[in-house]
Amino acid sequence: MRPVAVVSYAQHASAREDNRNEVEILLPVLREALEPTGLTTQDIGFTVSGSSDYLAGQAFAFVSALDAVGPWPPIAESHVEMDGAFALYEAWVRLQHGDIDTALVYAFGKSSPGDIARVLSLQLDPYLVGPLWPDAVSLAALQARALLDADGIGEKDLARVVARDRRNAAGNPHAQVSEQTDEATLLAEPLYADPLRKHDCPPVSDGAAVVVLAAGDRARELAERPAWIRGIDHRIEGQYVGSRDLTVSASTRIAAQRAGVDGRADLAELHAPFSHQELILLEALGLDEDTTAVNPSGGALVSNPVMVAGLVRIGEAARRVSAGEGQRAVAHATSGPCLQQNLVCVLEAEQ
Amino acid sequence: MSAADGSKPVKGIVTPIRLDYRYTPGAAQSRFLHGLKEGRLLGRRCPQCGKVYVPPRGGCPMCGVEFAEEVEVADTGTLVTYAVVNVNFANRVIDLPYISGEVLFDGSDMTSMVLVQGVSPDEVRMGMRVRAHWLPRDEWDYSFTNIDYVEPIDEPDADYESFKEAL
Repeated sequence: MRPVAVVSYAQHASAREDNRNEVEILLPVLREALEPTGLTTQDIGFTVSGSSDYLAGQAFAFVSALDAVGPWPPIAESHVEMDGAFALYEAWVRLQHGDIDTALVYAFGKSSPGDIARVLSLQLDPYLVGPLWPDAVSLAALQARALLDADGIGEKDLARVVARDRRNAAGNPHAQVSEQTDEATLLAEPLYADPLRKHDCPPVSDGAAVVVLAAGDRARELAERPAWIRGIDHRIEGQYVGSRDLTVSASTRIAAQRAGVDGRADLAELHAPFSHQELILLEALGLDEDTTAVNPSGGALVSNPVMVAGLVRIGEAARRVSAGEGQRAVAHATSGPCLQQNLVCVLEAEQ
Repeated sequence: MSAADGSKPVKGIVTPIRLDYRYTPGAAQSRFLHGLKEGRLLGRRCPQCGKVYVPPRGGCPMCGVEFAEEVEVADTGTLVTYAVVNVNFANRVIDLPYISGEVLFDGSDMTSMVLVQGVSPDEVRMGMRVRAHWLPRDEWDYSFTNIDYVEPIDEPDADYESFKEAL
């Protein structure tokens, strides 16, 4: 495989943006990511974005977002109606062709214009499950209940995840929630969607993220310490939530195996919008919290711009590797209800 | 065709979908909409290529840079192209035939689609000079429909060279 690295990354996330639209949020993030590389959007070999028109409630919203890129004269450009992490996968594949050396990946999404938990119901099959309108929080609660009913995991474990993520969020300027708290305090909160409490669910976030990828020596020219993608893979499970064992993540396990996670990581950024999903993911990834710093950014529980949060996991992991906070990182992104589709990416600094 | 047990096949189901959104036009378009409420056309100029966008977007789609300077453009302009409409759209009640035009308001580099009145289909032409006819002031809203239509003004036609970029 051709070596490809993350050479730059920027993000913006916040609670409801009442004034700026998607393009206005994206423009400064694009500038921030490109500036350190000295590249312009016209220098980039391949540009790809991840977003969902259902968030804005506007057909072809992703096309107007191209305003931010300045695609004239025409550029080579693509889009996935998914989280930007999956757009990054497309860019990585495209770079394997060998004829271009750089790729620009961007993701944007405002979760605030609609009722995001209901908007996400449109991911479900339109005939049998969709018409029942189970919202994203209710589906996640069903998964959490299944997990708690299985052996060995209790509410306290969920609270431990939340407390850790909220503590970690202290250093994250994009976090919407950040506090020093403990399990007992969290468990005293009322239930929201049994067995989940509000803090087990993600905040509603608007945001954008941009990653610049480069291959081989071009990456070494563009960044002092590129974060090399040593392995990347994604797998999907069946559409019917009821036909899956929700207490495990088979797709994450396979993706982790193929990406070469091998139980080793100094840090891991997991895209778990609900607390119990972190526990499922750690198990599937084969990572141990004693040896791996989990969600040093605070993860999706402290900031969750839908369609962006997965790319942010890769960006945050890469940023920490580039900053020397770790030699090897695992980033994970998810899509669909109850961890239906999962992407795993292993990032390393130069040996 | 029927299933093995003799039951009739289900050929379709209706599954209603309703989602409500609170739309955010964005900073630039909000300014534009506020301008319309006051009977003004507010655009923005790209600092790189100099083009003035009305209505303004978040940034220049050609250059990919943020707009900075706000520019007010005139409500007079040039009809750069048009279509004579002989079939009404659903829910649209205008006497046929009518003229739908693309108008380059003076000071703008982008055309706007507006209804053209006060000229017959056999006399309308590219390059005609026009002026916006606004609804009565008390009907103004945050909407481009404040401009009811454009109508010809007594000026010589604009030279083709002056508007060919906008076509």
